[in-house]
Amino acid sequence: MNKAISAAAAAERIADGAVIMIGGFMGVGSPHRLIEELVRQKRAGLTIIANDSARPGVGIGKLIDARAVRRLIATHIGTNPETQRQMIAGELAVDLVPQGTLAERIRAAGHGLGGVLTPTGVGTIAAEGKQTLEVDGRAFLLEKPLAADVALIGCHRADYNGNLDYSLTARNFNPLMAMAAGLVIAEPDAVVPVGVIPPDAVVTPHVLVDLFVQGDHRHG
Amino acid sequence: MDDKTIIARRVAREMKSGQLVNLGIGLPTTVARYLPTGIEVFFQSENGIIGMAPVPAEGLENDSLSDAGGSPIGAVAGAAAFDSCTSFGLIRGGHLDVTVLGGLQVDEQGRLANWMVPGRMVPGMGGAMDLVSGARRVIVAMTHTAKGEAKILPRCTLPLTSVRRVDLLVTELAVIEPTAQGLLLRETAPGVSVDQVLAATAARLIVPDQVGVMALAA
Repeated sequence: MNKAISAAAAAERIADGAVIMIGGFMGVGSPHRLIEELVRQKRAGLTIIANDSARPGVGIGKLIDARAVRRLIATHIGTNPETQRQMIAGELAVDLVPQGTLAERIRAAGHGLGGVLTPTGVGTIAAEGKQTLEVDGRAFLLEKPLAADVALIGCHRADYNGNLDYSLTARNFNPLMAMAAGLVIAEPDAVVPVGVIPPDAVVTPHVLVDLFVQGDHRHG
Repeated sequence: MDDKTIIARRVAREMKSGQLVNLGIGLPTTVARYLPTGIEVFFQSENGIIGMAPVPAEGLENDSLSDAGGSPIGAVAGAAAFDSCTSFGLIRGGHLDVTVLGGLQVDEQGRLANWMVPGRMVPGMGGAMDLVSGARRVIVAMTHTAKGEAKILPRCTLPLTSVRRVDLLVTELAVIEPTAQGLLLRETAPGVSVDQVLAATAARLIVPDQVGVMALAA
């Protein structure tokens, strides 16, 4: 099965109002071409699940600049004044989640779990509206799984089957998100023949990846 | 020496060789500059690396290697990279020896507030709640007051980062150890009297007979 597709055609598979996970951390490891295609195609009303919204003009910040996002589920927006402005103006709903909790909620969805129990946030406003459970005398919050319609994955290499590997801190949320969405589109820096990525070095197995687009070697 | 340098130099003396250490953004990051000679620690960055190193020479930065603020970093030989689940597993699972974090307020129970000022500043908690909940040792590095207002209070008025009691509080005036009995004044900065510390602190401090003088790393 041919999984290679142009960035424009890949973005066309994503509907207005879709729930989209986007990998990356302050733009490092984000799928930049796919983000730019969503902006170019004027996608609107999106729910974005990501670590952060980077900065204006960078990575997910471009979707914020384009007013394409209705709801953002993230851990930190302090580096993007435009995200904060839209939030305060009531144009953008922002759910702030502790970073380790966001990672585990995504993992729970991708791994078929009913949720995770974490000590993070117990007794704080992050616990509001959540069940607190005691296990062997210790308090934990029940955090529910978080899944998406689409995951956009930035990676180092893809082979033609769709096996992925990653580079340094550009890995971050990408392999977790690749397990937690209905449609998974990868954007590798390079596409290589099958076999070039040895089995032990594959981080995301090809069965998880539906499509890939050639990236343009830019980060940040 | 300015206040933040005093704080960073005192915090640097808390590090022990072989420890895995996470430094928060801002003042805590500068602690790395003052590690005493012979002390070798491993720095973790929550975006997924153990073994972060100073920025490489201009033009040699790697697009896929940054700190948690998105700025380019280097990596030491033997560094390890991993995904966000592993990174926070290290933090929450008791594998991180020390975290140094900035603070907005600390209260008599040793609880930290450092992630939002309702209605004014809502950057998000990022990794702070996990770090305070999970690190084996939490050191708060912050100025003693903000624009003349006390930051060490009977009770935090800002939303808490965690209900966990932090292990040490270092300011430009004092080193304070939160204990089950309350905030214990351990050291004062050179030239600073106990009375000066008490005057700048809204919380009750326990003052033992012997209060040491802060020694600073070079």
